[in-house]
Parts: sequence; C-alpha cells; structure tokens
Amino acid sequence: MQTLTLQQRRQTKKNTTTKSGSLAVLDALVAEEVTTVFGYPGGAIMPIYDALYDYSDKLKHILTRHEQGSIHAAQGYARTSGNTGVVFATSGPGATNLVTGLADAMIDSTPVVCITGQVFAQLLGTDAFQETDIINITTPVTKWNYQITDATEIPSVLAKAFYIAKSGRPGPVLIDITKNAQLQEFEYAGYKKCNHIRSYRPTPIVRKEYVEAAAKLINEAQRPFVIFGQGVILGKAEKEFKAFIEKAGIPAAWTIMGMSAIPTDHPLGVGMLGMHGNYGPNLLTNQCDVLIAVGMRFDDRVTGRLDKYAKQAKVIHLDIDPAEIDKNVKTTIPVWGDCKETLPMLTKLVENKTHTQWLQKFADCATKEKEKVIAQELSPVSEILSMGEVIELVNELTKGEAVIVTDVGQHQMVACRYAKFNQSKSNITSGGLGTMGFALPAAIGAKYGAPQRTVVAVIGDGGFQMTLQELGTIMQFDIDIKILILNNQFLGMVRQWQELFHQRRYSFTDITSPDFVQLARAYRIEGKTVSKRENLKAALNTMLNHKGSYLLEVMVGKENNVFPMVPQGKGVAEIVLSKDEI
Amino acid sequence: MEKKEFTITVFTENQIGLLNRIAIIFSRRKINVESLNTSPTEVESVHRFTIVISETEDVVKKLCRQIEKQVEVLKAYYNNGDEIVWQELALYKVSTDAIAEKVKVERLLRENGARVVAIRKDYTVFETTGQREETDGLLKVLEPYGLIEFVRSARVAIIKGSSDFHERLKEFEYQEPGEDVIENEFLDKNEEVFAM
Repeated sequence: MQTLTLQQRRQTKKNTTTKSGSLAVLDALVAEEVTTVFGYPGGAIMPIYDALYDYSDKLKHILTRHEQGSIHAAQGYARTSGNTGVVFATSGPGATNLVTGLADAMIDSTPVVCITGQVFAQLLGTDAFQETDIINITTPVTKWNYQITDATEIPSVLAKAFYIAKSGRPGPVLIDITKNAQLQEFEYAGYKKCNHIRSYRPTPIVRKEYVEAAAKLINEAQRPFVIFGQGVILGKAEKEFKAFIEKAGIPAAWTIMGMSAIPTDHPLGVGMLGMHGNYGPNLLTNQCDVLIAVGMRFDDRVTGRLDKYAKQAKVIHLDIDPAEIDKNVKTTIPVWGDCKETLPMLTKLVENKTHTQWLQKFADCATKEKEKVIAQELSPVSEILSMGEVIELVNELTKGEAVIVTDVGQHQMVACRYAKFNQSKSNITSGGLGTMGFALPAAIGAKYGAPQRTVVAVIGDGGFQMTLQELGTIMQFDIDIKILILNNQFLGMVRQWQELFHQRRYSFTDITSPDFVQLARAYRIEGKTVSKRENLKAALNTMLNHKGSYLLEVMVGKENNVFPMVPQGKGVAEIVLSKDEI
Repeated sequence: MEKKEFTITVFTENQIGLLNRIAIIFSRRKINVESLNTSPTEVESVHRFTIVISETEDVVKKLCRQIEKQVEVLKAYYNNGDEIVWQELALYKVSTDAIAEKVKVERLLRENGARVVAIRKDYTVFETTGQREETDGLLKVLEPYGLIEFVRSARVAIIKGSSDFHERLKEFEYQEPGEDVIENEFLDKNEEVFAM
C-alpha cells in the first residue's frame, strides 16, 4: 500500500489513468444517478470528503447535525422519491449513530446505501481511535454489508450495494471503507452497474398455478377483503392495485406503511388497519371469508392476537419476500412475486363484481366509528384543541396534496387516521421500528425527494426534542418544511397506556419542553404557538403559505386518548371505541 | 408441535461475515446451535454449513427461509434424522503407558471401530467416527485409563434424497463462477505505513 500526500495525489490524478478510491466512490454515486447525499464528515472519511469538494456540481451534500439525522433524511428522501437514499458517515461514533436509522430502514424496507469511513486496514482490531466493528454491529440491521480494505473493490462493491438496496424487497446496505482504500490509487476500469448476483434472487419466480388458485378463491368469495402494505408503493404497483380492487369490487384497507398507495377517499378504501386503525377494517377482518394480503407482513400491531386473527378466512398472501409467507399468518395460497407482475395476472382472472352488502357492513362500521369517535375528535365540545381537528384543517388547506411526515406516538396515530392523501408516497412515518425523532430529519429528506411538494412534519413535543438539532440543517440549507408540533405536554402514547392499563400511574411521561417558537427563532425559523380554536385555521394558513420553513406549535388536550384501540393481547374483533369498553 | 432435532444444510458463497449473518438468525431467537460445521464443498467458492438444532418443524422452516433470504446464501435445506446419514469424528488422547499396560488395544480398536492416529512415548491419540453414542462409547471405555484430552467435531451429514446435488453444483459453478474472497492484507504492515 502506498499513502501519498495530498499534493502527490492531485498530481497523479492529472497525469495518469489511475484513480483514488475516494474518487471511485463518487464516480459510482454519479453513475447510479445519485444527486443528493446526507452526511457528516470525520477523520476516517476525510479522503472522500476531500474528493467531494470538487464534485459539488454533481453531488449535493446536506450536512445534518447528527448522523442519525443523515440516515433518517436519506430514508425520507427514498420514500418520497422512490430512489435510493445515500449517507456518508465517519468511523466509530459516526457509524454507530447510524444504527437506529438502519434498523428503521430494515424493518420498513427502505433502500438506503450508507458509506462509512473506517480506520486504516492495518489498524483494524487494534482499538484504534474511532474504530468500531461496524460490520458486525450492523449485520442484523442491514440487508447486506461489506468492508472494503482495497480500493480495487470499490466499483464492484458499490454496484452490488446499489443493486441489493433497491432490488427485490428493498433495504439498507452499509459499505465500510478503510481510510487506506480511500487514499489508494488504483487502475480504474470504469463503473459497471450490477444487475445480477448468483446467490441472490430478489424476485421469486411467479407460480401461475397459485395465481389461478387465488383467482378462483376470490371469484368464489362472498366477503373478500384486501389488506395492503407498502409493497404496493415499493413495487410501483399503485395502478395495478387499483385496477385489481376495482374490477373485483373488493373493499381494501391499508396498513400504516401502505397508506396513500390509493387515494384515501377511494370508494373501496375502507381505512387503516391496526391497533389504532379504523373500526370496520379491524372488526370485519374476522368476518371476511377470503383475506387477500398484498405487500404487507402481518405485523403484530396489525394482527393483534394471532390465535384470534381471521381464523374463519382463507388467506391469500402476495409478497415479494418468500420469508414473509406463513411467517405470522398461515397462508392458504401463497402468491410470491413482485405485485407489479402478479396483480395484473390476478386482475385478468378475477370476475367483475360488486359486493354491495359486504361493503355496506364497512359503511355501517364507519358510521358507528364516526358517531362514537370521529365526531368528538374532529369537532370537540370542549374548548381544548384535539389533534384530529388540526389534521382535518391541514387536509382542508392542503387539499390532500401534501407529504405528511410523522414521528411516533399519539400524533402519528391521529395523523394517519385522519390525513387525506390524493397521491402515493405521501405518508412518511416510522412504521415498524417506531423511532421517535424520525420526523424532523425524515422531512428534510422528504423535501429533497419531492421538492415541488409541500412537506408537513407532524411531531409530538417528545419526539421533536430527540432530533431538534436538525433545525440547524434546515437553517443552513434553507429547506422549506412546515413543522407542526402537536404539544400535549406528555409522552402521550405511553401516558395513554398508563391511564388505561397502569391505573394512571404516570411514571415519567410528564415532559417539560422549551419554548419551541423561541428555539426556532434561534435557528432563524419563524414560528408561532396557538391554543385557541378561533386562531387555529389562520395559524395553519400562515404556516402553509409562509415562504420557507415555519414552526407552528399547537397546544392540544393533555390527556386525550386515541381511539379506537385494539388493546394489546386482544384480537382484532375486540377493538374498542372508548375507554369505557376496556 | 414437538421440538425435534433437525439438521440444516446451507450452501453459500465463501464470504467473510456470512457466518455471523447466519449465526444471528439463531441467536436473535435465542435458539441454541448444538453443532455447526462449515467447510468448502467440492465446488470452488461454494461453502457448506451443517447446523444442528432442536426446534419444531414450523420454526425450522421459517429459519431456513430467513437463511435463504441472505444475499450470499444459495440454498438452505432442513432434514430430520431419518432423512440424513450423519457422522461426527472424535479424537481421544490417553497416556501410552496406561493404555499399553492395562488395555487390550486390538480389541478396543476393533470393538469401537477406532484407529490409532498418533503414538508417542507419553501419549497415544485414537480416532473414531460415528454417531453420538459411538463416540461416547469409546469415551466411556477410555476414561478409566486416564483420558488426557477429548475433542469431537461438528456433525457432517449427507441428505438421502439429494439425487443430483453434485452435478447441479458443478454445473452452477461452470455457468457462474464465484468471486474471490479479498482479505485484509495490511494487518502486519502497521510499522511500514504512516497513518492517523
């Protein structure tokens, strides 16, 4: 190995056809059509940052205030753009700060490529300064990871990284590059995109006989019910999905991750599944005769108690990941494959139908839920504001065209219950991992992924304080994000559980917050606090029409609860509409 | 469903870190791996894992799907005891004096299907191959004579129903040659390189 001085390296660059590892990294990103990188420099990744200095015309680098912010931003970017998010971080703490985001991207199948610097190869295993074994730390939370100690590997490994992150069921990939490999000059033979790895089958072969069997089951069904997840969005199969449910006339409910794949006001869209989902979709899961799951993974927050979940139904499961079939819910007919491919096959074979009576049942449930829950939430009798009415006004003012990024907790459930979306890739949230602190950095990425769209980050007072340093990123890069803090002065969801299941023993859920508006002002972001109904609409309007970022804090009821609810350990049919039923 | 012993056979790429990726599929679920063998196959760059665990068939099936999901895994199979032929190898080190004085070595070798692999003045090493009761059998016989050291290998297993594994592997390698493993070449060069 040869370590050259900066000057020598620049000289080499000019005179020969060799290339440094760092430049090979950046060339790979350009070849993969990456335009935006989120990151944070440090000792072990300095050669890459040095090379980046000359690449500012090709690659936009967004300096976040913490590496967790970088990866959540990359996730937000991936989710609104449909492209792979890219992150740079240094070794040691820089790399370990990515772990939460990797776990989040892993469980929510988000394509992200993280490039971390690492100490010199000869120092590996010596407890060198800022050395951590990031490959082994991240193995359980990455789809694939790899350590490069020799620059000659860089082009082919990065090609594999991008291919693996994006293909099949997407996921995060981490590439750790030792500093010597970044500095090393090597014979560069160009970058070739990867489209095949012999041991990797991203998309299983579609078995036609299963599609036929599934169609037969659907055609014979009296009360078919479709439940769908993010697979529809990741597979870019929104149109195909809509065509399928419309032809077969089947009511369809979304998981939190599948939300916005069809417009929320679609006549066959019956609402959200899950612990705080809609009443009908949960209750009627246990009354359907054929359950058709599309690109979803039967998370426990969706199924409740498994031995009380859809036991009466025959289950058809369409998924790209064979490991999901039978993982939680036994499948009658598995249809593995990309739903972009399998849905049209199914649509062709299903009969044109309407299930009027069955749909009426959903409508009846919706009426009941409206009376018992929604009415109070959207038009409270009390003077105290509810989270629901805030979201309802956002719907009205954005006409369902905004990207809504949510954090985790009560506000997330309320936002996902009441938000209206007209287009896909609009509901960005931490679904599987439930990462508080996700929303603010993810909103930054979401805006870069969809620059033309309004991005509203709905965040609780607790979660906001986990990653509020990203206000600095918003300030520095002049990013236009509407930050909507729903402040109930509690860690609301945990408080709700303490109220319902722990005899109101509010153990450490009472959280004090700084003056958010002043805080925003310190970052040169304008803001306002509102607590009265008569001022709410105007305040939201100001926020949405403000040029640039704006922070609006809305003081909402301290001890409001989110209902309906499938209490933990209960079946979906045991969903309750109010506290009295628990 | 009842927990039973299953042997999982995994064909993989030869890749650094893959052992950990496979191991954590078990440890994440707090499943004890009873035996694990990994070795190169007859085909270059393809490795074979043989893993023994006790679990219900339902769980084992899911584990195999999770294993197969790993990018560098070619294929994973699981089999119960009836579907495989398996062996373990054991080595026994005993004092040469004790064994020469007190044991009829020929009989011992014959009865236990053992071989002598090393004889020194102070110790002798026996070897036997078989299933657990057979390797345990010789252990019991030798223990009274001052056993110095004992070691048993992981299980290796042949799947009874594997009609054309070899041909398929060969063909596969012929069509899609594997990649070389690139190891860290700099670990012993610390003093030659300036680094900070």
